[in-house]
Amino acid sequence: MKELVVISGKGGTGKTSITASFAVLSKNSVVADCDVDAADLFLVLNPKMITSGKFISGKKASIISEKCLSCGKCFYLCKFDAVSYDDLTGKYVICDTACEGCGVCAAFCPAGAISFTERECGEWFISKTSHGTMVHARLKIGAENSGKLVSLVRKIAREEGVKEKAEKIIVDGPPGIGCPVIASVTGSDAVFAVTEPSLSGKHDLERVSELVGHFNLPLFACVNKWDVNPEITLEIEKFCVKKGIFFCGKIPYDKNVTKAQIEGKSVVEYDESPAAREISKIWGNLCGKIL
Amino acid sequence: MTVAVASGKGGTGKTTVAVALVLSYDRNSVLLDCDVEEPNAGFFLRSKSIKKEEFSVPVPVIDAAKCNLCGRCADFCSFNALALAGSKILVFRDLCHSCGGCSLICPQNAVMEEKNIIGEIHSAESDKIFFVEGTLKIGKAMSPPLIREVKKYGKGENLTVIDCPPGNSCPMITAVRGADYVVLVTEPTPFGRHDLSLAAETVSEMKIPLGVILNRYGSGYKGVEEFCEKRGIEIILKIDEDIKIAQAQSEGKTILDVCPEMKDKMCGIVDKIQKGLTK
Amino acid sequence: MIVAVTCAGKSIDSPLDNRFGRAESFILFDLENGSFTFLDNEQNLNAAQGAGIQSAQKIAKSGATALITGHTGPKAFKVLSSAGISVYHSSAKTVKNAIEEFKAGKLEKAPNPDVESHWA
Repeated sequence: MKELVVISGKGGTGKTSITASFAVLSKNSVVADCDVDAADLFLVLNPKMITSGKFISGKKASIISEKCLSCGKCFYLCKFDAVSYDDLTGKYVICDTACEGCGVCAAFCPAGAISFTERECGEWFISKTSHGTMVHARLKIGAENSGKLVSLVRKIAREEGVKEKAEKIIVDGPPGIGCPVIASVTGSDAVFAVTEPSLSGKHDLERVSELVGHFNLPLFACVNKWDVNPEITLEIEKFCVKKGIFFCGKIPYDKNVTKAQIEGKSVVEYDESPAAREISKIWGNLCGKIL
Repeated sequence: MTVAVASGKGGTGKTTVAVALVLSYDRNSVLLDCDVEEPNAGFFLRSKSIKKEEFSVPVPVIDAAKCNLCGRCADFCSFNALALAGSKILVFRDLCHSCGGCSLICPQNAVMEEKNIIGEIHSAESDKIFFVEGTLKIGKAMSPPLIREVKKYGKGENLTVIDCPPGNSCPMITAVRGADYVVLVTEPTPFGRHDLSLAAETVSEMKIPLGVILNRYGSGYKGVEEFCEKRGIEIILKIDEDIKIAQAQSEGKTILDVCPEMKDKMCGIVDKIQKGLTK
Repeated sequence: MIVAVTCAGKSIDSPLDNRFGRAESFILFDLENGSFTFLDNEQNLNAAQGAGIQSAQKIAKSGATALITGHTGPKAFKVLSSAGISVYHSSAKTVKNAIEEFKAGKLEKAPNPDVESHWA
């Protein structure tokens, strides 16, 4: 079983549309949506939920108002500006989304007025789609630590993959190069980067390639909407050659990509469009190299 | 006034809008690029670099002469950045959130602080714009402290615009917190609608007023407008889909270079937000 | 000598847990008399980060001097070696099989961690 992670550096490059097409083209795979901040894959793959579970991660502090003496110690100790004074009640309150769960306030509150409890951060789901099993998740509004949820989604996807004797796991990764991305690429077999022909796109691919190099993984890339700027596309291709990134193809700007999404379908299911043809070709290239 | 420009998903045109807002504004303004994982706003400003500084966070270092291996620091640390292992305390700097708990809890006063460099802060200026961007070092996972630092540069000007990281989790919240108004940029697709709904919920929960800019308008999909109407969220601007804009941007040009009429629209938005806030 | 083994279940016949930091539990097996005790790891399953470090400290405190598991990452390995615990990587099916392999001298002491951080 091989695990392929699709990432993009910056968002909005068409990563999810391409991942959805891969999921449809691949005959025997489990799909994992690890872009938990903007988990959109379900809008195209239309999953039916089979099981779900809670995602607990870290802790959070909250002030028990009746016990609070309003001494302000928590306010001064908190390094995350999570404690504020409520003029109306004359008590201190902790903002859930700002609290990082360090526990300093709870440990040093002279009145023992701060509880420090487990934080429920979201939910994960195992679902069926017409193209196989899909594992996805939803982070609670403002919840932290999507990196761990990413690890959890990948782990469940691997378990499902083993059960089903799947050939591949296709992961829709998060944008950026931070914690969630690190959590989505470590221990995978190959990383596929979707980029676009712009200065930002090129810059982000450079950062992504450095990150992937850091983990010693093979990197594959494609340019989406390449004809928006053929010169930069060429520069990206050259960059790939120089860095040993396997360049799999370039997808033209095609309104059918948006139309497919509006219909709730993947690009390759929607129509015999130029983008669909190129995505199929890229998938062929990728499979040839990974398997 | 501080306006944060955010979006649930990336690539909707957040940076485009943030840059256009400051370039259109006639008085002095500040642009803060808080998308520290992929800072891109700088490409579009023709500004002169002023300085580049490393940014570090304090992390613990154990004074072995004072440490009696009681292990209370390791027990306390919620992030498992400290470990009692045999005859020493190990420090894992990249896991540390710099909460200061270990040094407060240590009965021997054996926990000192040292610097862990996690990124850099770059400031630049042009005529009327003071620009600051944070860049997270590759392999570092913790962006909120860097975002908080970049935000410190945004005080006292008529207009401060924050280019936020995408998504709805801690980095986005850290960037948005304290803003007077949030502009959410989205596009007319089902993905755009879904991500907007999450971002709008996050911003509402933070009790900050918000408006939507609908970018690449013209796909025929009405879901975003329906959503905004249902929630009573104002769509403050629609930008038509135009491949010229995408092409200009790919070369580092701004939307104002190809659509000069945008300048007035952007000024109008700033005015409107200002009036709405002082009402 | 006590050997700690990562365990995905509740008994000695349970599968060997491949993960160290987020292992379900540990079995502490006494080689002298063949008795064993059970050490829960529920708390680390839900740790936001640094589960390997936390588990390594747990093993260090338990009195075990050797650990058998599927894989270890760099941080956990650092804590384990600093605490003087020898690490053995095994692909045995069950905890019992892993202990048998160990007794028969079939396992080699790992000189280094074998997976990246954030492995699972």
